[in-house]
Amino acid sequence: MNAVEVKDLRVSYFGNEALKKVDFTISEGTLVGIIGPNGAGKSTLLKAILNLIPKDSGEINILGSTLKEVRKRIAYVPQRSAIDWDFPIRVKETVLIGTYPSISLLKKPGRKEKELALKCLEKVDMLEFQDRQIGELSGGQQQRVFLARALAQQTDLFLLDEPFVGIDVASEEVIVRILKELRDEGKTIIVVHHDLSKAEKYFDELLLLNKELISSGDVKEVFTPRNIAKAYGGQLSFLEEMVMTT
Amino acid sequence: MMNFIDSVIEYEFLQKALLTSVMVGVICGVIGCFIILRGMALMGDAISHAVLPGVAISYMLGINFFIGAVVTGILTAVGIGFISQNSRVKNDSSIGIVFTAAFALGIILITVLKSSSDLYHILFGNVLAVRPSDMWITLIIGIVVLGSVYLFYKELLVSSFDPIMAQAYGLPTKMIHYFLMTLLTLVTVASLQTVGIILVVAMLVTPASTAYLLTDRLSVMIGLSALFGAISAVGGLYLSFTYNLASGATIVLVATTLFIVALLFSPKQGILLRAIRSKRSKTVTV
Repeated sequence: MNAVEVKDLRVSYFGNEALKKVDFTISEGTLVGIIGPNGAGKSTLLKAILNLIPKDSGEINILGSTLKEVRKRIAYVPQRSAIDWDFPIRVKETVLIGTYPSISLLKKPGRKEKELALKCLEKVDMLEFQDRQIGELSGGQQQRVFLARALAQQTDLFLLDEPFVGIDVASEEVIVRILKELRDEGKTIIVVHHDLSKAEKYFDELLLLNKELISSGDVKEVFTPRNIAKAYGGQLSFLEEMVMTT
Repeated sequence: MMNFIDSVIEYEFLQKALLTSVMVGVICGVIGCFIILRGMALMGDAISHAVLPGVAISYMLGINFFIGAVVTGILTAVGIGFISQNSRVKNDSSIGIVFTAAFALGIILITVLKSSSDLYHILFGNVLAVRPSDMWITLIIGIVVLGSVYLFYKELLVSSFDPIMAQAYGLPTKMIHYFLMTLLTLVTVASLQTVGIILVVAMLVTPASTAYLLTDRLSVMIGLSALFGAISAVGGLYLSFTYNLASGATIVLVATTLFIVALLFSPKQGILLRAIRSKRSKTVTV
């Protein structure tokens, strides 16, 4: 089954086209990177999939169904800049929020949920930081906590917006390892990513985007100098590097 | 001090004043936490002012002033949202435009219908003139507000902390916003007698900010904020009674004093301790 099917998606902000006629499908159990230059509409694509922004046209099916029916089977990790790091919340309560979607209205998280939250914290190697306020952590630790929150949502589809920006190597390794484990369990993971140098190593498939879809599919087919040149246009210094390494 | 306690025991009006202002301190403290964490202090100010025309119109129609207050409060929230979403005018400007308009309309209506002394009482409160009906209204509002926060705690928490995630998993974040605005209007109505429209925002923002400086947990912050609200109410009433000062203003200044103490001495966020710590670490590195 396809995890995500996008047909003829168009999104615009105040008359400026952010995404033009984007079509692709992602099958279940794949780890997909969305890559492209700044302003290519990568985050917009994630938000459109989640219907967080209005789209001009297009049809999106998720896990064989409409978004409305599967919302709770999707975990979304926002960009770090979207979070108020001074909020009075500690690490363990942040992860516990991941269990909220499965708790009905008027009910509160119980022991089962708290245990799950701690288990997820342990997976990202952050158990010892459970009582810290989230702003006291390093960027990489913060990202791991938010990944733990997504794990606590126990979903089939994960959407992560720029999880590797400004984080340390150790955190990056932990996150990549967990994403691959999730993929091996049959989950689908879509990651907005900006660092081309590791794209080949991290992902099974790529969506190369620059307002329109330049190419999509298997990493080896998408990640060619020609496609990259098409997406990144005039950014020559980078192109030269590419040619030299390939 | 003994004199104040004796008087409270002796005079019923003082008991009512004390009870009502403590309740107001508590509910303002609780709702205030969500107001400041959502960056809506100005919105709190706006809604509280926007209650004025509602009170006047209710008086005109002979209905409970509650209904009018809630209606104009919500209309103001909707109007502000409409302008900032549908024009290039920024959110704080649209708040400024809408609430001053509502407030100006309220002033005209009240002065036409009633007297300027009524206006004065609504604007600045008159806690010693609390009637039993005011006390009951405050109690009912208090129960509604505290009950709502208890029941919808997790929805309020996640939509304040990470509204995008809340929206992504299907929470109606807009509805939560207007729900909170409704609670805010109720709290303002409850505060009319104690601190008055003009100073409500202080009771919403100041105790909550004091608590914010002292803890890293939302539940603790809410408890502390309610406590500081109540202490301000009792302390303010005591000082106002003893030295014959304006009650609302005195309550607010007690709240401000608590805030300044926290600002200077908070273990984690205090300016003084921070300065000492950074000086120490400097001398260590030298």
